[in-house]
Amino acid sequence: MERNKTRSSKSLRLHSQPAYKYQSRKWRCQRTKQRRQFTKRRCHTGVITGINPKNKTSQTMSRHVENVNTKADEERRRLLKKLNFAKMNLQPCSTELSSYRDQHFKGSRSEQERLLRTSSTLYVGNLSFYTTEEQLYELFGRAGDVKRIIMGLDKVKRTPCGFCFVEYFTREESEQCMRYINGTRLDDRIVRTDWDAGFIEGRQYGRGKSGGQVRDEYRTDYDSGRGGYGKIVQQKILPKIP
Amino acid sequence: MSRRKFDEMSDYADSGRDRKRRRADAVEIEDRLESLILRVGEKSTSSLESNLEGLASVLEADINNYKSKILKILSDCAVKMPEKTTIYTTLVGLLNAKNYNFGGEFVDMMARKLKEALKACMWKTARYVLRFFADLVNCHVISTNSLLQLLHTFLDTARDDNSPQVRSDTYVYAVLSCLPWVGRELYEKKEQDLERLLKHIEIYVRKRSRKHVPGLRVWRSDRPHPQEEYLDCLWAQICKLRSDMWQEKHIARPYVAFDSILCEALQHNIPPLTLPPHHTDNTYPFPWVVFRLFDYTDCPEGPVLPGAHSIERYLIEEHLHNIVKDYHLERKQCAAFLLDFPLKHKIPLEYMIVEVVLAELFHLPGPRYIEICYGSLLIELCKLQPATMPQVLAQAVELLFDRIDTMNVCCFDRMVNWFSYHLSNFQFKWSWDDWLEASQLDPAHPRAKFIIEVLQRSMRLSYHQRIAEVVPEQFDCFVPHKPVAIYKFANDSAGDLPGSNAAHRLESVIRAKGTAMEVVQVLSELPNPLRENDETDPPYNPLQIQVFVQVLLHLGSKSFSHAFAGISKFLKVFEAVVGGNEEAQMLVLKEMQDVWHHHQQMMVMLSDKFLRTQIVTCATVANWVFSKEMMPEFTKNYIWEILHGTIRKMNKHVARLQREVNEARERRAGNESEDSSSDEEEQRPRPSEEEIERMEEKLEAAQADQKNLFLIIFQRFIMILSEHLVRCDTDGRDFNTHWYRWTIGRLHQIFMMHNSQVERYSQTLSTLLFTQDLDPHILDSFNQPTTRPCAISPWKDPTPQPPDLSSDHPTAREGASTSGLQTPHRKPHLRVLASADRNDSRPLSATCFHCSKANDRGQSK
Repeated sequence: MERNKTRSSKSLRLHSQPAYKYQSRKWRCQRTKQRRQFTKRRCHTGVITGINPKNKTSQTMSRHVENVNTKADEERRRLLKKLNFAKMNLQPCSTELSSYRDQHFKGSRSEQERLLRTSSTLYVGNLSFYTTEEQLYELFGRAGDVKRIIMGLDKVKRTPCGFCFVEYFTREESEQCMRYINGTRLDDRIVRTDWDAGFIEGRQYGRGKSGGQVRDEYRTDYDSGRGGYGKIVQQKILPKIP
Repeated sequence: MSRRKFDEMSDYADSGRDRKRRRADAVEIEDRLESLILRVGEKSTSSLESNLEGLASVLEADINNYKSKILKILSDCAVKMPEKTTIYTTLVGLLNAKNYNFGGEFVDMMARKLKEALKACMWKTARYVLRFFADLVNCHVISTNSLLQLLHTFLDTARDDNSPQVRSDTYVYAVLSCLPWVGRELYEKKEQDLERLLKHIEIYVRKRSRKHVPGLRVWRSDRPHPQEEYLDCLWAQICKLRSDMWQEKHIARPYVAFDSILCEALQHNIPPLTLPPHHTDNTYPFPWVVFRLFDYTDCPEGPVLPGAHSIERYLIEEHLHNIVKDYHLERKQCAAFLLDFPLKHKIPLEYMIVEVVLAELFHLPGPRYIEICYGSLLIELCKLQPATMPQVLAQAVELLFDRIDTMNVCCFDRMVNWFSYHLSNFQFKWSWDDWLEASQLDPAHPRAKFIIEVLQRSMRLSYHQRIAEVVPEQFDCFVPHKPVAIYKFANDSAGDLPGSNAAHRLESVIRAKGTAMEVVQVLSELPNPLRENDETDPPYNPLQIQVFVQVLLHLGSKSFSHAFAGISKFLKVFEAVVGGNEEAQMLVLKEMQDVWHHHQQMMVMLSDKFLRTQIVTCATVANWVFSKEMMPEFTKNYIWEILHGTIRKMNKHVARLQREVNEARERRAGNESEDSSSDEEEQRPRPSEEEIERMEEKLEAAQADQKNLFLIIFQRFIMILSEHLVRCDTDGRDFNTHWYRWTIGRLHQIFMMHNSQVERYSQTLSTLLFTQDLDPHILDSFNQPTTRPCAISPWKDPTPQPPDLSSDHPTAREGASTSGLQTPHRKPHLRVLASADRNDSRPLSATCFHCSKANDRGQSK
């Protein structure tokens, strides 16, 4: 699966200068176009789902509170939230949806939104190609009972290509995972987890041109855990080696 | 839309907007007031005193317009931000000085809050209200006498013989915990009254029972630091405070600066309060033992760590625990708040944070939040404070390792899990050389065992070669085996083994994507070694099972997915060759162990899969764990991971059935009472009486299975322990070996981890298994209230509850008081396991063979 195409515009800006130096102009133009489309779509979804960016936090907070269940706790959380505003500039709550939306999703925006808010499946990214299913079960099993893990595979070679889907039995368990495992390490790499609308056959394969994930096409850094340089850079370097 | 209509609408909207605007203004002011009150005391450019003074005059001006709102915010803040108690009492004091009536209303409101909290068993709220009252005495809002009266009312519970100890404990604890705030004031003004109060408390503390304490201790030993029960510890701290003339250094007291204003104010009396009597449904906080890891010699640099009996230690710890509680959902914020502790320069903060977080992790009977919550919090703390935190944590691990010999087995497991997780986040960097001595120890010694288990767990998070490289070579004896499958019928060695040919044929059939039918066909060619004469058909064929399981696991050895897929594909074959036969099921588990004995995680996952697919029953797994073949593995952690997983699955299953029955009954009752059916009810048709009966039967069967499972486990425990004791007795050896301590510890762990379920069957257990003729060493572990915290008399209602007459079904009675819906005080800290809504698993069931169902049913009636 491919997750790079549409990041939030902010992170795109951060990456674009150094990372895309090697890319052709045509490709860069494409990126800009995509970015524009994406910002447009974001506003659009805001209207459809009635999510005002300002309200977003309060919505997730209230969703949060449901787990805590007693009224006193709810009150307290509301108070604390106000305090957080003041003290910490309110960091986003760790079980909130990120801005990423899978572009290959079959269905409407609101349907996707609904699934993301109820699913107990997570996408896990930035894994090493060498990380095994066993390791994933061990780590993710610590947040709750894992229903299944689907390893992400290279479309061509059918080998692990650095991502997976973890499905828990309940939403609560996957929330624990978002809270406590997202951003910690496995095989010395920082694991990133994100909500997923649910696994569908076919999604376990990389969406990059050469079979892996798209991010591994364009990477320009050397990452030994993910097959060295990105695919495009590899092609540029290889001919030079006699 | 016609123009006229449009105009009308806009008119209407206009007037509405106007009203809205006015309302919005009011809301805005209220919000502003709220934010001002909430934020007072935070870091600001001007001093706290001037902020308080400013806020008091703002509020005074608004009191007439927004009185109820201000009262509400203030009383909420008083209860919900206990760390700012003194700030809010000062504010109330200033307001009271300016507006006497407001002060009175506030005191009345708080008194109402206290009463409601006591009624609703919200003990923490009640404690904070009492503390607030105590501090209001310092601010001249409340008279000393009326506070003393309230404290005495609280203490009356201690003299009440009809109230269970846990109730008295709760009230006495509330009184003790408010003394650091008001002790000095009482000492100066009413010394004799204070002494009388303390005398009462002392008498109570002396006479109370401490039977529950040993089971709640992290360490058996009191060396180097005594492990005290929470009330004893606080009492000792208060005694120390008294001997220090009630001087404490931790609480910031902003009201001192306003003494001249405050001392002129008139004081109120707290309205007299009668405590709600004890009720059987009441829940009380579970007692705990204070976790002590460090003392001042452990942190030689920087500020001195307050002693175990200094009141500062209590105050700081309470505050830190509150921060963890408030922010446990956001680990990054939690770490930031912990490290931003207000008095961080006066105390060795890192040490206190580590102690508090580890105290939560090792809390017995279970941690408040899931274990990984604390693991990730500690990682976050290390990331935020890389200069000091990792060292302090390493020191803590050293100390824990030194004291691991006497550690509770539950805590041992948690520590192994946490430490391996922590190492995996820090490249497994550890000063392993410091632990070299452990390699000389008996492998069953807790220290050796700790290293073995940590390396096992680390390997699960990493890979074999890495772990082998990371530790010194002296640890080769500890490094786990390479996790590979051992296939009995591998080509070169297994030529003459019976079934070898069939195995190879089976391999090619499965490789060629053969169906279950074809597999059964190949297996049916195998002779049955159990067959003695041609007349009787043996219930199963061990050779078939061996060949099938070996081949299937061998072919699926590449990953969990491969193994799971194989099992799912050939479920029919399992049904054919295993069926419901217990010995055959046992054989499946044995073959699994044979193939995978170097891969513990695989065995855990496979036995889980076998349970879910109903290839084996829970009871079989329990019998397998205690079987002769598993004896060498018996003290290894993974075995217990499997057994606890099995019990958990059974418990979840019962809880789910119970919930379904309850829901169905509710739906039925609801429908009968009100005939108007809403949409929701139409979707879920009203269950018929027969349906409910069927569900109840299912539940009854599941409960019988559950009871059976516990009976098997405890019976097996009693058998192996008695055998050990007898053997040691005849050989004249000391029975107290490592093995014995591990096994007793594991027995305690079952009581501890599944206490509410075990408690349900305690009657049966005590009549059938834990009888008086048992060896006292084993019997102790059952009778000790410690291992069965719920069994401690004070936590249970002393008088037997009359049977619930509203339900006429026998299991309904047993179920209602026990399963699924236990009252929180029975299992207060254990994570409430989420619903077992398993899509892929059929309901679990177990055959009942050890105890007769009839007998149990007789008992439940």
